[in-house]
Amino acid sequence: MNFSALLNAMPGAVAQGLIWGIMAIGVYITYKVLDLADLTVDGSMATGGAVCVMLMLNGVNVWLALLCAMLAGMLAGLLTGVFHTAMGIPPILAGILTQLSLYSINLAIMDFKANQGINVTKYALIVSQRNVRTAGLNNPILTALLILALLIGILYWFFGTELGSALRATGANEAMSRAQGINTNMAKILGLMISNSIVALSSALLSHYQGFVDVNMGRGAIVIGLAAVIISEVIFGKLFRNFALKLTGVALGAVIYYIVIQVVLWLGLNTNLLKLLSALIVAVFLGIPYWKAHFSARYAGKGGRGHA
Amino acid sequence: MLDLKNLKKTFNPKTVNEKVALDGLNLHLEDNDFVTVIGGNGAGKSTMLNAIAGVWPIDQGSIVIDGTDVSHLPEHRRAPLLGRVFQDPMTGTAATMQIEENLALAARRGDKRTLKAGITRAERAQYRDLLATLGLGLEDRMTAKVGLLSGGQRQALTLLMATLKKPRLLLLDEHTAALDPRTAEKVLQLSEKIVTENRLMTLMVTHNMRDAIRYGNRLIMMNDGKVILDIAGEEKKRLTVENLMTAFFKASGEEFANDRALLS
Repeated sequence: MNFSALLNAMPGAVAQGLIWGIMAIGVYITYKVLDLADLTVDGSMATGGAVCVMLMLNGVNVWLALLCAMLAGMLAGLLTGVFHTAMGIPPILAGILTQLSLYSINLAIMDFKANQGINVTKYALIVSQRNVRTAGLNNPILTALLILALLIGILYWFFGTELGSALRATGANEAMSRAQGINTNMAKILGLMISNSIVALSSALLSHYQGFVDVNMGRGAIVIGLAAVIISEVIFGKLFRNFALKLTGVALGAVIYYIVIQVVLWLGLNTNLLKLLSALIVAVFLGIPYWKAHFSARYAGKGGRGHA
Repeated sequence: MLDLKNLKKTFNPKTVNEKVALDGLNLHLEDNDFVTVIGGNGAGKSTMLNAIAGVWPIDQGSIVIDGTDVSHLPEHRRAPLLGRVFQDPMTGTAATMQIEENLALAARRGDKRTLKAGITRAERAQYRDLLATLGLGLEDRMTAKVGLLSGGQRQALTLLMATLKKPRLLLLDEHTAALDPRTAEKVLQLSEKIVTENRLMTLMVTHNMRDAIRYGNRLIMMNDGKVILDIAGEEKKRLTVENLMTAFFKASGEEFANDRALLS
């Protein structure tokens, strides 16, 4: 096997991992902080790119387009939040409903085409695959790192405020939060909006990076996000206690995920089987805490079989 | 003042599991009342407290706290008036958050949560002093996660949280039932100290008749979703477990059906 081919692919894997790391931070906010598994992200991971690319193709400034992409992600989160809190739909189903409606919405945004290209020579893209091996300021790895640092800084500040603490409390103990006067429904909606705006930001950057937006680019995003969260817990869980470090760990988790994927592809796995592999890996890691509890309870002689 | 008028609540209506939990409950509390609540299983004690707190909507009746009709307010909007401690020590605190963060959340009960700092330096100093009064050593573990505390420590902390911002009414829902006898005793004494010092209007549900007699200035007994016995002042001080049992039998025509109450 050609080892230099693998090395050559590494900068691309790192850049992609960092961009998906932004997305994984969005997943962390719903899955870990709010304790909701939000499947909206499979849709909003295409919405952000669709909005950003279409606006830019129509002559809108890149930063304004990026902002609009984030607002679109917020609306997606709002819809899921309303499905869940105002209509009593379980969060997973609420997310699936939004995700499905986003498929149509994303197509509508993209003039009913399955994909739309945007050329880096004609448009001022923030990150581009073309520069992934250049040593200049336009290297997407550098840009993605800067955006991540800014994002983690803002989130670290926000979750330390009264409002951010209320969100964390809602995820930690809903009954207690309501008893302390927190409107837990509003907290959940706000959390979903923040999360999906971050996912949409990642989506917009990913479409810049690859030079096109595709209506299917978000498929399985939740699994990649969860993989990043789980990888970071397994590797950095004991090391990173501080909230900002945990978010950093999640971004690193996504980078590790993409490096592993790159290695597996290099070893000769059919690209079409990647999603199967990702799903199985995430399933195994999600199962570990259950197995741990199950077996430790049995060894402790407490008959843990039934209630592990 | 607290006024409960003709409160009605039926769980699982029109099913085989239909249960009339509150059946035209009336109760009036004066500002200084510390009322202990006893009754058999399913008498409606916890249901009454949950109705006041707004955990679910009531079917009928009205709940007025200090002139404010809260009957139809959502739970989080009643919270500014209420301090609550629950039977399960897990319920009253956020396990994955620090001790000081939990207190800071409680200090903002009823306030709009803004983008200001979630906890300030001045607050930390205040909480340290407050925790020191518990005598549990928690003042030196302020950044420890609450999940690391014992049940008794968590209930003591929940008590502090419930009264950090003085509530109009304190609801104690069998808050020592999950604790061992010695810890339960300590938490009860702490509860009484806090209630007396802050002159709090209090409803305390307990399964322990001796505690119901020992604490508070007034005792009510519930059965089938109604108050069947209401004893206050000098008469309460002369109560014994035996004549409470007799009174229960006279008022309800049934044996007192609560093994825990009889055994403890």
